Amino acid sequence: MAGLRVVKSRDEFEGEIFESLAIIQGSDLPPHAAGAEFEEIGKARKRIDGVQRVTGRATYTQDVVLPGMLHARVLRSPYPRARVRAIDSKKAEALPGVRGVLHRFNSPKAAFRGEETIFRDEVRFIGDEVAAVAADDVETAVRALGLIEVEYELLPHVTDLEEAITDEAPRLEDGGNVFDAGSLKRGEARQAFKDADAVVEGTYRTSTQLHNSLESHGAVAQWDGQILTVWESTQHVFGVREGLRAALLLPLSQIRVICDYMGGGFGSKGGVGKYSIIAALFAKQLSRPVRCVLTRHEENLAAGNRSATLQKIKIAAKDGRITAIDHTSWSNAGQGRWVANPTGPTNTLYDFANLTTKSYRVVTNAGSLSAFRAPGYVEGTFALESAIDELAERVGVDPLTLRRRHAASQTDPRTTKTYSLKRLLECYSIGAREIGWSKRRAGGTRGSAPHRRRGIGMGTQIWGGGGGPPAYATVHFNSDGTVILRAGTQDIGTGTRTVLAQICAEELGVDLDRISVRIGDTEGPYGPISAGSLTLASVGPAVRLAARDAREQFLGAAAGVLEVPRTELRMERGHIVSKGARTPISEVSKKLENNTVIGKGSRWPNPESLAIKTFGAHFAQVEVDTLTGEIFVEKVVAVHDIGRIVNPMTAASQVQGGVIQALGFALSEERVVDRSLGRVMNADLEWYKIPTVLDVPEIVVRFTDRPDRRANNLGAKGLGEPPIIPTAAAVANAVANATGVRLRHAPMTPARVLEALAVIQ
Amino acid sequence: MGADSIPRCSIPSNDMPPFRGPDAVDISLTVNGQGATAHLRPQRSLLELLRGPLGLTGTKLVCNAGNCGACTVLVDDRPVYSCITLAVACEGKRVETIEGLSKDGELHPVQEAFIDHDAYQCGFCTPGQVMSIVALLRTKGKPTEDDMRRAVTGNLCRCGAYVNIVKAGMSAARRATK
Repeated sequence: MAGLRVVKSRDEFEGEIFESLAIIQGSDLPPHAAGAEFEEIGKARKRIDGVQRVTGRATYTQDVVLPGMLHARVLRSPYPRARVRAIDSKKAEALPGVRGVLHRFNSPKAAFRGEETIFRDEVRFIGDEVAAVAADDVETAVRALGLIEVEYELLPHVTDLEEAITDEAPRLEDGGNVFDAGSLKRGEARQAFKDADAVVEGTYRTSTQLHNSLESHGAVAQWDGQILTVWESTQHVFGVREGLRAALLLPLSQIRVICDYMGGGFGSKGGVGKYSIIAALFAKQLSRPVRCVLTRHEENLAAGNRSATLQKIKIAAKDGRITAIDHTSWSNAGQGRWVANPTGPTNTLYDFANLTTKSYRVVTNAGSLSAFRAPGYVEGTFALESAIDELAERVGVDPLTLRRRHAASQTDPRTTKTYSLKRLLECYSIGAREIGWSKRRAGGTRGSAPHRRRGIGMGTQIWGGGGGPPAYATVHFNSDGTVILRAGTQDIGTGTRTVLAQICAEELGVDLDRISVRIGDTEGPYGPISAGSLTLASVGPAVRLAARDAREQFLGAAAGVLEVPRTELRMERGHIVSKGARTPISEVSKKLENNTVIGKGSRWPNPESLAIKTFGAHFAQVEVDTLTGEIFVEKVVAVHDIGRIVNPMTAASQVQGGVIQALGFALSEERVVDRSLGRVMNADLEWYKIPTVLDVPEIVVRFTDRPDRRANNLGAKGLGEPPIIPTAAAVANAVANATGVRLRHAPMTPARVLEALAVIQ
Repeated sequence: MGADSIPRCSIPSNDMPPFRGPDAVDISLTVNGQGATAHLRPQRSLLELLRGPLGLTGTKLVCNAGNCGACTVLVDDRPVYSCITLAVACEGKRVETIEGLSKDGELHPVQEAFIDHDAYQCGFCTPGQVMSIVALLRTKGKPTEDDMRRAVTGNLCRCGAYVNIVKAGMSAARRATK
């Protein structure tokens, strides 16, 4: 093949910029012309896999049942920190129905996230993997776990963030418990603080949030002597394949990973888990399919979380502008090796001239963090946008007006590149109108009863979402004229199949129901992780190119079949159209028999000179009961600037979902750990409070809906994370407006509200 | 929950069959209109019976503790959490699951409405949500929006599809009464 080139691409993933290579060939498609008429793009289409979802026929990993399948269960550490001195599994092995036991003294090495084995010598949190059993049924596996004798040597532990950063805390690693995780300096903050008219300082806290995807993490593994097939509930089939390769040292060609449907991930299902490696090790060892699926309790101990944070912000104003900010953050990473950086929004959202930010990773004896929908940005935006409101109040400027002064810039302050498209001020205008900002009164208004106060607040969102290479798609015509679109992405609940089919149908000129989408399988062409709000912006442009390629090839073949010059043919609504004649595609494809047209498309690199970001703003109206401390969120207006909207119906669903999940973070969700025992006290759905239908306010969803033509050939950016970012700050600012007190700890529970109210009484 | 809301785990105690076990027992019941028999230990839940021996995996296992509603099925028209309902307690009863709703390839109006209103995201809670609404519509032909919300208060949706779930339920109610 001629014309292959390799170019560098700079892509953003969860707040960090990565440089990657992209192989490109031919030329990219230009973006759709302004004012182009669409058949599919921009239309509210029902999900093409809706019938499977409502009939129970959609197959999730939990539903995969294979002949002879064994059930694996995991023995987890009951101690927050201990050395595993010895394990005696003889009694467990002798139990009828038990087929295998794995632990650190008998298990083959299996590399996992920088460690040599999945069973640690020193277990470091309650829930850490100690051993695993494979048995004929779950009940036998569970009984066998109870027969494994483990000799632990207990070691001093610390689970709490603020305890772990003190000098008295046990040192968990050679370097201590606190590690640098990034810093940024711009201008001369120190001098600007000296020169300021007003300086506001605050300490903010956010609690550990548990993902609680309804489908727990899990995998089913099958080894046929040559191919290891793993069904896994995951956001990245190719990532799982890479993780299995690293652990089992099998060639990639011998590993296949499938995720047909998955029951939520929210960032926590980004790669291989120990459960998948356990299932695969047993499957290879025992030559039987093995299922290893976490219980709800395990899910809440060992499957990730959003780090608790401690954040200190100092912010200054002079002459009605923000002149300096200092933001320092500590994150409880548990045993995780990275940090979801809460200072990301501070670094990038506004054109602050003078800034210092620092982020620290704190190691504790608690479950590791994993990405949780806009990791770091949810926590950081809560603090930043609260602090800006406090400053606005101090200097007597309307908080929205103060933000407008710093949100107009068309330059990314971190990279000094121009934004491909930024319509944040328009988001502000739309949101202010929808919530009735002009009626906002300093000090709030009376609520529905004398002891109830009503207030309005807002918060701003910045996030990446530009996507990037590599991402591929293929499109082929069957002999009956139907179309199969393949991409190695997966649908985590956003409607990926449907939007990709819409893009394909649009480009091909065929009806949506002619297109079948095959995703969630490493047998398809590579697709990126469904995270970082990058799926549509990465895979969508590749689908468009693949469809275009298939169409061009098919028209070439049709020219031969119909004996009409190629230049006179076009494809339109399922037909090959030439001067005056319309031939159904199926008629042409039938004549081609099994001579198959396969179109290929790949994602082109992002423009080198531009910064691609998504923006938005949420406005909240709340009522606060000053006797009970309850916060009632009455209305949230969510406005987002994310480029072109491919499917307004599924897009609105994602925004509603983001707002509701954000309200959980803001008001009710909090992992509670007993410090002395190191135990999670609410590792379930009874005492860990996720929002129910009764907690849902009126939600108004608006988009600027302007294609970002300079971002990619589709003009679309990501939407998964933006709607969870600014809600908590909007609520906190509305509460402050309503009551005059500032809640600096999320979730803003009734107890914390009452505590704050008592401060001013 | 309001006084008129639909009871959960609603096998009344005076309706319980006599003590059985401790070894495996035979049970027979009706599942989706067809007779079904199973031989299982009496501590097995209805959910285990459905997902295991009967192979009906449309009903989802999430919390296994009666907290989330993902496993909601109908027993004699009433919604129950099948994870905390004993299979033996359903002896002789009529159990309906998500698989039994569509007849001759025709979707149930609630299923149709879920598709029309995008009342799901990942879809894992969907079978339970649908069954809870089907149960409501059998007892109340013209529910209010408040009735609809209360019917699914016991069904958690982590993706936050609640707004559209309520819309879909109301739309199905209107369709059914037409």
